[in-house]
Amino acid sequence: MAYEMHFGPVLARAPEFVNGATNTILLSGQGIAIGLTLGLAVAILRVDGPKPIRPLVATYVEVFRNTPLLVQVFLIFFGLPYIGLRLSANAAAVIAISFNLGAYSAEIFRAGLLAIPRAQIEAGLALGMSRVQVIRHVVIVPALRVIFPALTGQLTLTLLGSSIVSAISAQELTLAASKVESLTFRSLETFLVAAVLYISLTFLFRFVYWLISLWLFRRTPAEAVRLPEPKFVEPRRAEA
Amino acid sequence: MIQSYGWSSLPFLLNGAMWTAALSVMTFIGGGVFGLIFALLRVLGPKPVKYAVVVYIELVQATPLLIVLFLAYYGLSFMGFYFSPLVAAAISLTLYATAFLADIWRGCIEAIPKQQWEAADALAMTGTQKLRWVILPQAFRIALGPTVGFMVQIVKNTSVTALISFVELTRAGQLLNNMTFQPFEVFLTVAAMYFIVCYPLSWYSEYLKGGPRARRATR
Repeated sequence: MAYEMHFGPVLARAPEFVNGATNTILLSGQGIAIGLTLGLAVAILRVDGPKPIRPLVATYVEVFRNTPLLVQVFLIFFGLPYIGLRLSANAAAVIAISFNLGAYSAEIFRAGLLAIPRAQIEAGLALGMSRVQVIRHVVIVPALRVIFPALTGQLTLTLLGSSIVSAISAQELTLAASKVESLTFRSLETFLVAAVLYISLTFLFRFVYWLISLWLFRRTPAEAVRLPEPKFVEPRRAEA
Repeated sequence: MIQSYGWSSLPFLLNGAMWTAALSVMTFIGGGVFGLIFALLRVLGPKPVKYAVVVYIELVQATPLLIVLFLAYYGLSFMGFYFSPLVAAAISLTLYATAFLADIWRGCIEAIPKQQWEAADALAMTGTQKLRWVILPQAFRIALGPTVGFMVQIVKNTSVTALISFVELTRAGQLLNNMTFQPFEVFLTVAAMYFIVCYPLSWYSEYLKGGPRARRATR
């Protein structure tokens, strides 16, 4: 079986790919910005919020973590207009991605907040630091340091997950690729180009996270944060 | 003809849910077998094999599942391999699950202290004996929680196959929506069905990891 790859007609549509990639960056950028803010708020509410709100917030997290993003996108884009809220495809996509990331990042932020020992906060206050200083230097930055790998891993999943919103024709890379494919009939080449672009975007985003970490933790050496001891799972004894 | 959404629509969705379950099981078995092989190669293989596995894991983890799916379904059919949506879905989900499970399990194998390997050496165990009786049983314990957690991801990710018209739960929901024009009710039911399957798995995964629950108790 002979199949000759012809990237020519696909690469002739480079501007469409570039446009799609730019839209993917914008879309996930918005989703990440809103999602992380939402996630942090939710995590704080879940750890320190008023008692009656906690179960509500927990329900939000569990519902969004245990249903597929695609179904969330459909529910927001097709479902909400029937209860009177009509959204453009792009707006629905941003909302779905943000709420999805909000739920996942809330769990990660919560783990970070719980990793800071209470005694450390008291020690900060005893040194005469103000409440804001304690929150910034003793709680947020060290907590971020603990959760940074988990958080950036989640952000990568969000970037890649944004391909799903092509299902409602939100403007992004996968939709651009599908359009090129239907014009050129060069499916393999088109989606290979798309894959290469996604891989480049992933590494670009990871590079940015690395730069952010350099800046963020410039005064927080690794030893400043004591990671919680990894829990050793006791092997179950054979029943006698 | 527009039919209205009600209890009579439920068997159709349940039929889709059955395919979601079947695809998830296929993915987990395929991804499990290859994931274990890749994890072992990543830890024990000769250098070039190790690097090849790392490259595979990195590339798959940096590509959206949807693109892998399109490559398998549309891309390969132009090369002369025609795959039905089910086969294309199973292949791409297996590729995807292999990369993630290999990465998870590699971490679990590497978490076993070096002394365990040395002790097994001291007992004159052969390579396979060491794995079978010393390393893998302990790694299995650690891996249980994250693995169950990844099962949730598999179940949810099967929904993406709706976009190559494989009629699983999400696609069944789309079709039903086209017939009834009641998207809110339809997709709410679909979401609830995923939730019923995924929530117990998530809960069990957290329980196995001794996660926030245990941490809260000690605080």
